[in-house]
Amino acid sequence: MTSTTTLPGQRSGARRQRSNATGPLNWLVVPALILFLVFAIVPLVGVLLLSFTNWDGIGAITFAGVANWLRAIADPKMYHALGLTFVIMALSWVIQTPISLLLGVFTAGSQKYRALLAVLYFLPLLLSSAAIAIAYKALLDPNFGLAAGLHLPFLAQDWLGQPQLALGVVIFVVSWQFIPFHTLIYQGGVRQIPRSLYEAAEIDGAGRVKQFFYITVPQLKYTIITSSTLMVVGALTYFDMIFVITGGGPGNATRNLALDMYLTGFMANQMGQASVIAVVLVVLGLGLALLLQRLGGKDNNGSQLEGM
Amino acid sequence: MEHKPASRRSFLAFAVVTPLAAWGLTACGTSGPGGGAAGSSSASIWSLTGAPGETIRKDTVDVFNKANPDNQIKLTFFQNDAFKTKIKTAIGAGEAPTMIYGWGGGGLKTYAQANQVIDLTAWLTENPKVKDRLFPSAFGAATVDGKIYALPNETVAPIIFFYNKELFAKAGVQPPKTWDDLMSLTTTFNDMGVAPISLGGQSRWTSMMWLEYMFDRVGGPEVFNDIFAAKANAWSNPAALEALTKIQDLVTANGFIKGFSSITADSNADQALLYTGKAAMMLHGAWTYGGMKNDGGDFVKNGNLGWVDFPTVAGGTGDAKNTTGNPGQYMSISAKASGEEQASAKKFFAEGLLTPAEVTAWIKSGAVPIVTGIEDQLAATDDKDFLTYVYNLAKDAPNFQQSWDQALSPTAAEALLNNIDQLFTKSITPEKFASNMNATLGQ
Repeated sequence: MTSTTTLPGQRSGARRQRSNATGPLNWLVVPALILFLVFAIVPLVGVLLLSFTNWDGIGAITFAGVANWLRAIADPKMYHALGLTFVIMALSWVIQTPISLLLGVFTAGSQKYRALLAVLYFLPLLLSSAAIAIAYKALLDPNFGLAAGLHLPFLAQDWLGQPQLALGVVIFVVSWQFIPFHTLIYQGGVRQIPRSLYEAAEIDGAGRVKQFFYITVPQLKYTIITSSTLMVVGALTYFDMIFVITGGGPGNATRNLALDMYLTGFMANQMGQASVIAVVLVVLGLGLALLLQRLGGKDNNGSQLEGM
Repeated sequence: MEHKPASRRSFLAFAVVTPLAAWGLTACGTSGPGGGAAGSSSASIWSLTGAPGETIRKDTVDVFNKANPDNQIKLTFFQNDAFKTKIKTAIGAGEAPTMIYGWGGGGLKTYAQANQVIDLTAWLTENPKVKDRLFPSAFGAATVDGKIYALPNETVAPIIFFYNKELFAKAGVQPPKTWDDLMSLTTTFNDMGVAPISLGGQSRWTSMMWLEYMFDRVGGPEVFNDIFAAKANAWSNPAALEALTKIQDLVTANGFIKGFSSITADSNADQALLYTGKAAMMLHGAWTYGGMKNDGGDFVKNGNLGWVDFPTVAGGTGDAKNTTGNPGQYMSISAKASGEEQASAKKFFAEGLLTPAEVTAWIKSGAVPIVTGIEDQLAATDDKDFLTYVYNLAKDAPNFQQSWDQALSPTAAEALLNNIDQLFTKSITPEKFASNMNATLGQ
C-alpha cells in the first residue's frame, strides 16, 4: 500500500515540478481517496483483525489468537484449494492468451466482415457470470442437455461429476467468458501500432507471419502484461461462475480459494477461518501483480516508440 | 504518437481492488429494508418468493392487517437463497425483522445460543390452543435445550420413495419392500435399459436423503441422535458404517442413473427423469409431487406415479414407519425487537398463522399443513391419495427425523454435504467419511 502513495515521488524532477504547479488540484483526489479508504482499506484491516477471532456471523466475536492461522497452515484442504487456484490460473492463461491475441489481431483489421464477427465475439461480455453458469449447467445435463438436443451421444459425459472433467468445464467456461474481454484489449493494442512499422517490414520482405512475431507481438508487450495481470489476478477471485456451476464439487475438485473462502464464511459460518483465506488472497493478488509488473523490465515507463 | 504504458499505480490499484471484490459480497448484506424500527406496534416479517407460499403468506397477512389496524405486519419477500444469506447477516448486524422465518434445527440453535430469538415456551403453555392443534413431531426442531424458540407453521414435507408404475408394470415387478428387493430391482431395470434410480446428485442434499433413511432403517433413530448430541465417534457407529457401505454398494451396482453427479435438483431434471420414464424410482421431498403434476403432462393424472414407504433392511432396527424430511417451517421472534413489536408478532402467531383460509389454500396447492384434524379436507381433494399418505406418514411416524443439513450446525452441515458428495462418487470410503465427520462433532 505504501508504494502507491510514494510512487509520484519516484517520477522525474520535471514531472514533480509540474505536479507542484498544479498543487491545488491534488485536493480533487480527496473524494476518491475517502472512498478508497472506506471501501478498501477499512475492510482490509477489518478482515485482517477478523482472521484472529472466532465469529459465526451472529453471536459475539471472540479473540482466537493465531488458532485460525495455525489451522489453515495444517489444513490439507487449504493447500488443495491453493493448488487448484494456481492450476486454474495457469491453464486459463495458457488458453486465453493466444486465442485473445490472435482474435485481437484479427478484429483489429478494418474489413467490414471482421467488424461484424467482432460484435459476435464480444457477445459473452454482455452476459452475467451467473447467467452463463446456469446456461452451461443446463447444456451439460447428461439427459436433457446439449447431447440429447443435438443427438450427439459423445457429449453426454458426466461433465460435472468427474473431477478432471469438471475442472475442464470450469476452465472452458472461464475462457469462453473472458476471451472477448481480452480480445478487446488486444484489439486496442494492435490498432495503436504505427502502420509505418509494417510498411517498412513489407519493404524489407517480411511476410505476415514474420510481421506478427517481430512487430505485433513485441509492440504488444505492455498490452500482454496488462491482459496477463488481469487474467492472473482475476483468476484468484473466480467465484460466482464456479459457485453456480459446480459449487466446488465433485468433492473438492473445483473448490478454489475464493470459493473456499465463501463456503467457509457464509455456509459454515466460520468467519475467522474465512478471513484467513481472504488475507492469503490479498497477499497473493498483490504479490502476483507486482511480479508481473517487474516482468515488464526495468524501463517499463519508457517508450517503445523511440525514434519514431 | 504517445504511447502510454499502464502505470504501476493502476496495477497496484487493480491488485488491491480485485481481491476486495470478494469482500464486496459481505457489503451486500447491510442495505435494504431494515428491521422493525418502523412503527411501535408494527411487526416485520421476511418471507420467501415463489408459488404457492408467496401468495398464501401475502393473503394471510393482508387479512390479519385488515382485522388488526393496531397491529400491522410489514411483509417483505426474498428469493430463497438470498434470504438465507441475508437473514444471517441481518441478525448478526442487529437488524433482523421482528419475525424470523427459518427451518429450525441447527440454524435456530445458533440464534438461540446467541440470544437473538426469544423463548416461546411459557407463551405456548399459556396459549395451549396455538400449540395443541399442530403436529407434535414438528416441535422437535423448534426446541433447543428443552425450550421452544420457534412456532412451527406452514407445511410438512417428508421424503417420499416415488416410483414409476408404468415401468414397474412393464418389468412385471413390485415396488421394493426391503433393501434386497431394491438391489435386485437395480439389476432388472439396468437389464431393461432404464436407469433404476433418478438422483440429482450435484445438489448433494438429494444424496443426503438416502443416508437419512438408511441410517434409520439400519440402526434406528439413535444413530443420528448420538450424532446430534455430539457423542464422540458417533459417525463410526457400526450401523452408520453399514448404511454407508450399502449406499456405496448401490452406487457400484449402477443403482443411480449414470452421470447423477451432473444432475441438479434445482432444474427439476431429476423429477423429469422419473416422469419421462428414463428412471424407475426416485427418493425426493413431498413437494416434488406438485412439480411432477404440473410438468409431467398426464403422468400424475393417469395414476402412473406410485409411492411406498422406504424399504427396510434385513436385521435393521429402524421402524418402517419412521420418516425423514422437513417437519415444518419455523418462525421465531427477534430478541432485539421492542416489546410492542413482540406483542404484535405473538398476536400474529396466534391469529394470523395457519388460519382456516390458509389451511385450505395450502391443501389446494397440493401440500399438507401441519395441523391435525384435516383428514376430511384432504379426502375431498383431487390429490387425496397422496395427501392422505403424506398426512398419515407425518402424523403417525414414531420418529420424524429432520433433514440433517438443517438439524446440524451450519459448520457441520457444510462438511457433511461436502463428504456426501465424495462418498457417492466413491472418492472416499465409508470409514474415511466417518472419520471426516467425527471431526465436525460438536462444532
